[in-house]
Formats: sequence, C-alpha cells, structure tokens
Amino acid sequence: MNTRFVQAAAAAATAALFVPTAAAAQDAVSFDQKVNDIFAGSTGWFVNLIFAPLPGTAFPWIVLWLVVAASVFTLYFGFIQVKAFGHAISLVKGDYSDPNDAGEVSHFQALTTALSGTVGLGNIAGVAVAVGIGGPGATFWMILAGLLGMASKFTECTLGVKYRNEYPDGTVSGGPMYYMTKGFAERGLPGGKVLAVVFAIFTIGGALGGGNMFQANQAHAQIAGIFGDFPGWITGLVFAAVVFMVIVGGIKSIARVTEKVVPFMGIMYVAAALVILAVNFDQIGWAFGQIFEGAFTGLGVAGGLVGALIQGFKRAAFSNEAGVGSAAIAHSAVRTKEPVTEGVVSLLEPFIDTVVICTMTALVITISGVLVMDPATGRFVLNEAGTMIQTVDGSSGVQLTSAAFATGFSWFPYVLAIAVILFAFSTMISWSYYGLKAWTYLVGEGKAKENVFKIIFCFFIIVGAAANLGAVIDFSDAMIFAMAVVNITALYFLMPIVKREMNSYFARLKTGEIIKFAG
Amino acid sequence: MAHTTIVVGLDGSEAGARALSFAKTQAGRIENCKIALCYVIEWSPFTFQTPEENDQRHKRREEELALAHERIVDPAVKAAKAEGFDVTGIVQHGDVADILERVAVEHDAAQIVIGRIGARGLRERLFGGVSGRLVATATVPVTIIP
Repeated sequence: MNTRFVQAAAAAATAALFVPTAAAAQDAVSFDQKVNDIFAGSTGWFVNLIFAPLPGTAFPWIVLWLVVAASVFTLYFGFIQVKAFGHAISLVKGDYSDPNDAGEVSHFQALTTALSGTVGLGNIAGVAVAVGIGGPGATFWMILAGLLGMASKFTECTLGVKYRNEYPDGTVSGGPMYYMTKGFAERGLPGGKVLAVVFAIFTIGGALGGGNMFQANQAHAQIAGIFGDFPGWITGLVFAAVVFMVIVGGIKSIARVTEKVVPFMGIMYVAAALVILAVNFDQIGWAFGQIFEGAFTGLGVAGGLVGALIQGFKRAAFSNEAGVGSAAIAHSAVRTKEPVTEGVVSLLEPFIDTVVICTMTALVITISGVLVMDPATGRFVLNEAGTMIQTVDGSSGVQLTSAAFATGFSWFPYVLAIAVILFAFSTMISWSYYGLKAWTYLVGEGKAKENVFKIIFCFFIIVGAAANLGAVIDFSDAMIFAMAVVNITALYFLMPIVKREMNSYFARLKTGEIIKFAG
Repeated sequence: MAHTTIVVGLDGSEAGARALSFAKTQAGRIENCKIALCYVIEWSPFTFQTPEENDQRHKRREEELALAHERIVDPAVKAAKAEGFDVTGIVQHGDVADILERVAVEHDAAQIVIGRIGARGLRERLFGGVSGRLVATATVPVTIIP
C-alpha cells in the first residue's frame, strides 16, 4: 500500500509536473486549493491524531501500535509464522484440499487475490523512500516487522473466515465487521456492533483515498513521466472507465487479464532484481553487511539508528497492511471447513510482500550505488537539507528505484512504469471490493445500493488523478491506519478464540485426523 | 457378482457422443457392465481471481454443476437407461485428464473411452490435448474413438 512518505515524494513529482502548466491549470489549481483547504480544516485534527509522534520522538504511535500488536500475536501463538510456514506452503499447493471441493475458491486463489491488493507502490516507491532516508539499515527493521506482521495476518484472517456470513444464494461476505459483531456476541462482550460500524466507515474512507485516489494520482504521475505532462483528468477518465467496466459492468475479461498480468509483473520484478544481484554477487555480502551495520549504527544517515528503525518499521507496516483488517475481507471467500488453514496461508502474505519483494528493492538500491557514499569514511553523504541520503541523480521514491534498476537494465524504467500502472489498477479493484463490503455492511446488500458505491468509487478515481489533493490523501491514509486501531482492538479481545481453533487444528493434524489428499 | 465398469468422457460434442455409443456397444457384449458418464468442467485451483469472483465462486460452481447435469449428463444418462444400460452420471471440476483417471481408479474401471478432438489452440498443439495427456498418464487402458 501507499505511505505518506511515498506521497511526499509523489507530491513533489506531481507538483513538478503541474508547475510548468500552471497557467493552463489555473482553475484546477484553485479548485484543488479550495478542496484542500476545506479538507485540511475539517480533518487535519484527525490526521494529526493518527500520525502523532510519541512524546519526544519522531516515532508515530500508530506504527508502534502495529508493531506491538504483531509482537503480542507472535508470542501468544507461539511463533506461528515459523511453526506453520511449511504447512502454509502445503496448503497453497493444495495437498490438503478435498478433490470433491474442486471448483471452489482455493487457498492459492485467496492468497493471490489478497496479495494483489497489497503488492504495489509500497514495495517499489515506499522502500526507496525508506532506504533513502533511513539508509540500508532500514531494511533490517523492515524485514523484522514483516516477519512479526505474519502473526497479525494469521489472527485476522482466521477470524475473517470463521465469522463470515454465508448467504442462501451461496455468496459470502466476510471481514472484521463480521467478527466484531459475531465474535464479541459469542464471548458475551459489549460494543462489537459499534466497533464494526466505526471500522466500516474507516474502510470506506480508506478505499476511496489510499485505495483509489492515491493510486490514480501515482499512475498518472508515471504516465506523465513517460509521455510528458497532460491533464490528469484524462488519465482519471480512462482509469475510471476501465474500473467501471469491471466493477459495474461485470466485464470479467479485463479483470482476468489484469489478475494474470499483475502476478507476472511481480515475478518479473523479483527476477530482474535477482539478475542484478547475481551480476553483482560479489557485493551481496557487502550489502548485507551494510544492512546489519546500518541497522544498529545508522551509518551516519539522517536520524542515525532511530531513523533507520522508524523508516523500516513504517515501511513494513504500511506495505503489508498486517493488522489493518483488509486482508481478512479478501481471505474470507475461501472454501474450507477449517478457518485456521486460511490464517496459516495468509501468513505468507507479509512474507512475500515485505520479506521478499521489499528486500529485493532495498538490496538493488544498496548495491546499485545510487546512494552517494563518502569513499573516505564509508558513510553516506546527506543532501543539503540533511533530511535524506544524497542520490546520484537527486531522485527519490519510484524514480530512485527506477534509477537503481536502470544500472542493470537500461530499459527497465519502462517496464517499471507499466508495472506501477498495473499495480495501481489491481489495488483499486481490490479496494473497491473492501469498500463495497463495508458499504453493504452499513446500508445493506442489493444491486442498486452496491452500484451507488461503485459509481462514487469511479468518480473518485477521476478526482484523484486530476488533482494534487495532499490533504485528502493524508486523510484517507489516516483512515486506513484508523482501521488498524479498531481492528487490532478487536483482535486482542478475540485472540483466545483463534488460539482454541489453532490448538484444535494442529492437534488433529498431528493425530492424522486431518489428512493429506494429494501425495 | 463382479462387474465391469467403463468410464466415458463426455464433452457435449459429437466426439463425446461417438465415445458413448462405442461404450454402449462394448457394454452390450459384457455381462454386468456399468457405464460411468463423466463430464469435466475445466478448472484450476491455480488461477488469479478478483475478490468479487471469489465471493461468488460457490454460487457459480453450483450453477455450473446444475447446468452440466441438465444439458449434457442427465439427458445422456436417461437415454442410456431407457436402452437398458446401468449408468451413472458424474460432473466434476478440474483437469479433464486428471479427473477421468481419478474416476476410473475410484470405480475400478476396466477402461476409459473418450472421443478424439482435434488440437484446439496453441497450448494444446504445444503440450498435447486431453487425449494425449490421458494416454501418457492413465493407469487403466484408454480407448480413443476417432
């Protein structure tokens, strides 16, 4: 997912694009300004609350909230991410799938659907920002946070499947709203309904903002970067039309093409990173040395050790969405008699997203030499403002990743641009669904009611691509992390249920009551 | 009393009908011969889907099964029963070659009969069609009707 840091970089890039045509876009700018002012005025307090730093530090409390939760779940479930890792792979391979259930949603499908919602700009641009500010050492903390986040995913996805709604017509709806109401009722706790409603409202906000406007905005910045500047509403209109065809028109073929191309892009990205690493294999040891050394000493980056730690934790938390609750919605469609199996499968998500893909990006940036180092001291050189490491061409965010990959393949920036656009599109499709589920939870199911939300969603794509609405995006990002506040609160209350399910499942797996179907 | 089972792969095409009529002729010559009519809905657990497709999957699956029974399998079973054959109809999701093989093993079948269909598309030209893969992997004799 996105981050405020990517945004900062993006905003700078977009601003640069808008400035030369300021005259032509005069009206749009003043319109943006109005919207910005209204939003900032009425929502600024909320944004400040969510991203408020801990007293005396630059560390936002929301990041600590996510990391503490992930650590609690890791300990409470006895390092489930290590214990069940092999089993997760078996489940995805279909070893435990009953052949008579063939034709239902498989573990593989649920996992890849959820992944396409999280793999995206965060992995490409966000990591570059983190390494740019926090140095290679940020990677160490990012990997650690990713590993811990696996336990949060396990908790929320197990609950998502356990408490989903199954309707008479065979469709399902799941997610934190359902485990908040049903799970709290089951434990005899009050307030489940209130949490669920608040969560649903935040989810709609997050879906329209971070899951939509931010993506549209970034996609436009990429396209404009290749073809030169042109009005954002054109990109917005095209995106909105395509998304409209998919989510309202039910044109499955477009979604199917994207869902096929996106994983291919992901694989290609990792493959390109691996090739660059293979060519520079003699430097891999050095890069890891930088990562470990930087993690504990800071190697002279902005903010030193603490700077690296904050950047790494932020990057991981913002990228894999562990604890946010969005994955619980995506995973709940799987057909399984054992909710724990889906929880186990979902632990692979932060692993692939953060531990594998984000690390690849970080390694390539480190090895490529785009970060300027002082050969005499072996320390990084800071830019004039002292806010981040100086880069070879002064770039940051997507451009920095692009420059790093270009040292291996000169044509890679083009592929990366296409990847960013496709990732943005698939993230929009995923979030349109999360938003829709929250919407129907609030207003009820029904074709007409659903279409109202879908049309609003498409409209926001145009707004997002056309404008540089910093305040709006800040607000919607704050919404996504507000989801985590509500969701993790619920998870603390419901984790004994997950533990019971987990113990029962693994006991039966051990005694052979749960059998392997495929050899 | 011991009986023989012949598994027939139906696909709603002319070729499938030829396979069935061949199986009927064979079954007519064997005492206590059962025919298992099998229709496979092409499906893989390793595809990429949108969240919306996922939450409707169960419903779609039920619809696909009902449709396959109604349009293809049930009429064929009914007709064969009227002719005095002992038949059952099976509809499953999956890979055609895998499912026919599995059904054959489950029913302890003596043979699998399928109709030959010309290679469709690049994938089949490269990797071989259903008949090719079935012949290469089956653990029971396979008869292909041209």
